Amino acid sequence: MSAKGYNELMARKGAIMKSAVQIDYSQFESGSIAFDYEGMMEKVGYSLDEIKEIQLSTGVGNTPVYELKNLTALCRKTAEPGKGARIFLKDEAANPSGSFKARRAAVSVYHAKKLGYSGVIAATSGNYGAAVASQAAMQGLKCIIVQECYDSQWKGQPEIIEKARKCEAYGAEVVQLSVGPELFYNFLQLLEETGYFNASLYTPFGIAGVETLGFELSEQMKEKIGRNPDAVVVTTAGGGNVTGTARGLIKAGAEDVKIVGASVDLKGLHMASDKQFNKKSFTTGHTGFGIPFATNPDRSDVPRSAGRPLRYMDRYVTVRQGEVFYMTETLAQLEGLERGPAGNVSLAAAFSIAREMDEDQVIVVQETEYTGAGKHIQPQLSFARDNGIELRFGDPAEEVPGESIILPEYPSMIRAVDLDLDKIRYSYIRNCVAKLDNIEDVGDEDIQFMADETNVNKYVVKKILHSLEGRIESGKAR
Amino acid sequence: MNAEKGDWVRIHKIILTTDERAPQIPEDTKKVPLEMWDKGFLLNDFASIGDEVEVETIIGRKLSGKMIEINPQFDHAWGKCIPEILHIGRQVKGILAKEEN
Repeated sequence: MSAKGYNELMARKGAIMKSAVQIDYSQFESGSIAFDYEGMMEKVGYSLDEIKEIQLSTGVGNTPVYELKNLTALCRKTAEPGKGARIFLKDEAANPSGSFKARRAAVSVYHAKKLGYSGVIAATSGNYGAAVASQAAMQGLKCIIVQECYDSQWKGQPEIIEKARKCEAYGAEVVQLSVGPELFYNFLQLLEETGYFNASLYTPFGIAGVETLGFELSEQMKEKIGRNPDAVVVTTAGGGNVTGTARGLIKAGAEDVKIVGASVDLKGLHMASDKQFNKKSFTTGHTGFGIPFATNPDRSDVPRSAGRPLRYMDRYVTVRQGEVFYMTETLAQLEGLERGPAGNVSLAAAFSIAREMDEDQVIVVQETEYTGAGKHIQPQLSFARDNGIELRFGDPAEEVPGESIILPEYPSMIRAVDLDLDKIRYSYIRNCVAKLDNIEDVGDEDIQFMADETNVNKYVVKKILHSLEGRIESGKAR
Repeated sequence: MNAEKGDWVRIHKIILTTDERAPQIPEDTKKVPLEMWDKGFLLNDFASIGDEVEVETIIGRKLSGKMIEINPQFDHAWGKCIPEILHIGRQVKGILAKEEN
């Protein structure tokens, strides 16, 4: 494409997007930082009962919850006496396409069909592609999945290639691209050319689709232990999993459950780097998405993302690649559940957090994903080793993303590391203010909005704004 | 290698040349073009590997590119043996067995 064609396409972005999701986002805008998030969720989403019905009609949801008794016993062996919460796991791999993403896709594809679209497009290298393809097959729509898959040597991430295979198995066309954020332009071109629905991960319908997960989880736990769990650990990348699960829990009356976000630590790796693309062993669920989307949720492929994780996270932790691989193998060996590594990020975090909790407390891991060729501990570690990544047992804290994967020498070395949520909140507010011409334009409504967005009170927001103002002022003085 | 009309083939295309790439991307990525791969049924009567061809994708979309593979296959697999993995199960089972004794 010529630079001219490129710029012209980008100029049409708003119009293309509008016809591809049919949401008038402007109705929720205030003209400043604030927008009516709850209004958006209510007006263009579906009610929980409607979503349950939509999902039930395609066999999505109602996944089992297992108590991981052997893993709990192992955890207690590594904990102080009296410590080691009971660990439960919601087996989302039991969904038709093998992951919780079926919940999001079911609603998006249903909505596309209702609006009369003949096909759906999603830009995703992850489980969401398989979910959209599976739902499109069930609901009789055509489907295109756009993946970032290969580096410039045409070497692909085995996990992503497996996802391409799965999408093709459901009859979808898979467009594969090399590394780079310009994937978005190709995605826009396809939307314009086909007139298909943009089955974005971040529309209100997609996020509302995850609410059933949190709701079911609360109901199932009440049945199993007679109450809600103390904590739920949720892998976070784009933020939709945390948002939907937490909203579902709240709708079930489980407001007091601590929501812990977890991402794989890929610090130092650039997500758009051709050379580093195949140096990582996790293609999602990592800090390379988790932190940017938490501090700026509206960086997605829709004007306003319905996934807003900072509203709901009580805590945000990271785990390392080697720890997740170790826990993936442990889950298979001790619990007889062979699942994909990417879905076990929250499991590794929960194993560590359970150790801090009392024996009579309960922690839930809210997802698993399917496993298969390419998307399994062995091919992923084999791929890493072939790419020059050092693999050994040792202290996971020594792991350097892109250089090494350290399997813990002993399970007690698995440690979820807390990220400073206050720093993340600060970055979020700084990003909001950066969109304004003048920090003095921040109104009372904006302050309330940022307080809601970051789950703090207005006073804290004002304090952060004050310190940002000071920085801007001293910047001017210089 | 030659293909005939109707054969299932993989095509390759340059979407953006190095000059056309977005300004914000890392230097190493700027040095390489943005490439695309797709698959479809060959619409040309006859083509050899490396030829510019037109295909119809599985959902019926028509597009063109350089033909690079006939009957493209998936070759992702279960990887080579990683002996380290074998020690994990033995270790955790050993820890639990100790508890029972």
